[in-house]
Amino acid sequence: MTVLVGYVPSPMGMAALQAAIGQARFRDEPVLVVNTSRGDAYVDPCFAQQPDLDAVTRELTASGVPFAIRQLMQGRDAAEEIADLADAQDVSLVVIGIRHRSPIGKLILGSTAQEILLRVSCPVLAVKAATPRRISRATGPSRWPLPSEP
Amino acid sequence: MQNLHSLLDGFAHVATPMNLLIALLGVTIGTAVGVLPGIGPAMTVALLLPVTYGMEPTQAFIMFAGIFYGGMYGGSTTSILLNTPGESSSVVTAIEGNKMAKAGRAAQALATAAIGSFVAGTIATLLLVVITPPVVRFAVSLGAPDYFALMLLSFVAVTSVLGASRIRGFASLLIGLVIGVVGIDRVTGQQRLTFGVPQLADGIDVVVVAVGIFAVGEALWIAAHLRRRPAEVIPVGRPWMGRDDWRRSWKPWLRGTAYGFPFGALPAGGAEIPTFLSYATEKKLSKHRDEFGRGAIEGVAGPEAANNASAAGTLVPMLAIGLPTNATAAVMLAAFEQYGIQPGPLLFERESGLVWTLIASLFVGNLLLLVLNLPLAPAWARLLRIPRPYLYAGILFFASMGAYAVNAQPFDLILLLVLGLLGFGLRRFGLPILPLIVGVILAPRAELQGRRALQLSGGEWHGLLGGWVSGLIYTTVLVVLFWPLVRRFVLRRRARMVTE
Repeated sequence: MTVLVGYVPSPMGMAALQAAIGQARFRDEPVLVVNTSRGDAYVDPCFAQQPDLDAVTRELTASGVPFAIRQLMQGRDAAEEIADLADAQDVSLVVIGIRHRSPIGKLILGSTAQEILLRVSCPVLAVKAATPRRISRATGPSRWPLPSEP
Repeated sequence: MQNLHSLLDGFAHVATPMNLLIALLGVTIGTAVGVLPGIGPAMTVALLLPVTYGMEPTQAFIMFAGIFYGGMYGGSTTSILLNTPGESSSVVTAIEGNKMAKAGRAAQALATAAIGSFVAGTIATLLLVVITPPVVRFAVSLGAPDYFALMLLSFVAVTSVLGASRIRGFASLLIGLVIGVVGIDRVTGQQRLTFGVPQLADGIDVVVVAVGIFAVGEALWIAAHLRRRPAEVIPVGRPWMGRDDWRRSWKPWLRGTAYGFPFGALPAGGAEIPTFLSYATEKKLSKHRDEFGRGAIEGVAGPEAANNASAAGTLVPMLAIGLPTNATAAVMLAAFEQYGIQPGPLLFERESGLVWTLIASLFVGNLLLLVLNLPLAPAWARLLRIPRPYLYAGILFFASMGAYAVNAQPFDLILLLVLGLLGFGLRRFGLPILPLIVGVILAPRAELQGRRALQLSGGEWHGLLGGWVSGLIYTTVLVVLFWPLVRRFVLRRRARMVTE
């Protein structure tokens, strides 16, 4: 069994990675870090470049958890890739980072997090970044307290 | 004085709100296509040509000029931030520009590119105003044999001087010439290469050829190579320059302009040669020679100025003689014909209002581009995040709409697809595209002038040798053609002398 973490180079991705490390220690399982891009744009901010991957490797090595990193570029959405990997690799838990999205943004661009939550057959752990960039008035910090540091 | 007056008249025409808006639209589209690799101003002008049928010719050309200049600005942004040149003219900029960006000086590189482009564009447009009228006076004195010779020179220069392989260049040119002569022969009324298809009797429309080769060909090529590792874009703030950067940039700007303008005006000029020459010169003259290869600001300032100056230079033969020296000018020339305007030396007489408004719009467009590019460079870089399937779906939509709009015939769509496959084949086998387009556009006109010359002489071959001008041009053609043979001969002799 493995803990799969969907990584993107952002604070949110780092938070997911740290949560995954905590879960892996707790379950005594290895971590599989997955970063994907459809590879059809010249620039994809969600695609981890070498400095980001180095930071991930450092974090994982420091934690002492056995790990593997996979970067996929097969022209498919991140949600599809993660759901398929979760089925194929005998994954016990999927960890993803989530952030606030406006309803309009979700309507137009869709939500990868929602896709993963609904698609993956095993439990999914959704983690927020420690410092949320934007907090709307309706769902201010008082209603959604930040998760305490692990 | 007459020119200055006409130019001021041109400014008065540009300064209407509608025309300013169109200029803004043109430079915006131009910058966008300049930023995106693979989509250039030539393709864009071809795609938008049918869209502009509803406009006045003046407005259409204000927009095209904006696209042309904008493409030159936009190419540098991608070169500097991504190390992927958006245009062939900014290949050299990527050498030092990307190194500067990696060293954390992206803002200065973008600033020197934008301001240098503005300075060079303005100076070169002024040169255009001064030089074009004398060239026109000279061009009026030329006869049919001279024009035929000029076009031959253009064919030979475009294939032999640019590009890595002469054979590929000539192959591409010949394909273009074949496409260009399809249709009814205007002198004898014979059908040529029509295969009994009535729709081909009028010839293949240049718009269909340009859109098919540039847009459909590129889309097929991208579709065949869709997956690629996304590159890293270097984050950048607002472009700015320190006092030291100004001091190091202004001389390269001026030298770049001096290289760019004449090369743009020569047949087979284009921007590749002057940008490279400017880079080499700056490397030699710089006081900071050790910085070259690690991000020297001179290596960005010079070539960027050169490519914008060459853009203005390109317009001299296009407006004065009707001779295109790069792909965008070739498509703009086709646009003149679509509007029923005869390009050539008489253009300044017959359509003087249009020409001077066009030239005035270049000054305005240059200023707009500086305003658009200096503060907004990071925003332009975000365009690179657009997934290519969406981008090319839009391009194919415009391409099919444009090809259909020309004659409202479904047959043109089949032609478009066939030419698109041809364009894909050209890219697959490394054939340059410029000779093909120049061939398609100049073939009918070269034929017309050549046959006119022969008719005047009653079918005698010496009719093609009109006077000293055509003699001079034919000599140049021969030198360009046989230069590799001569050089090999000279080298071999020299080698033999050394061994003896």
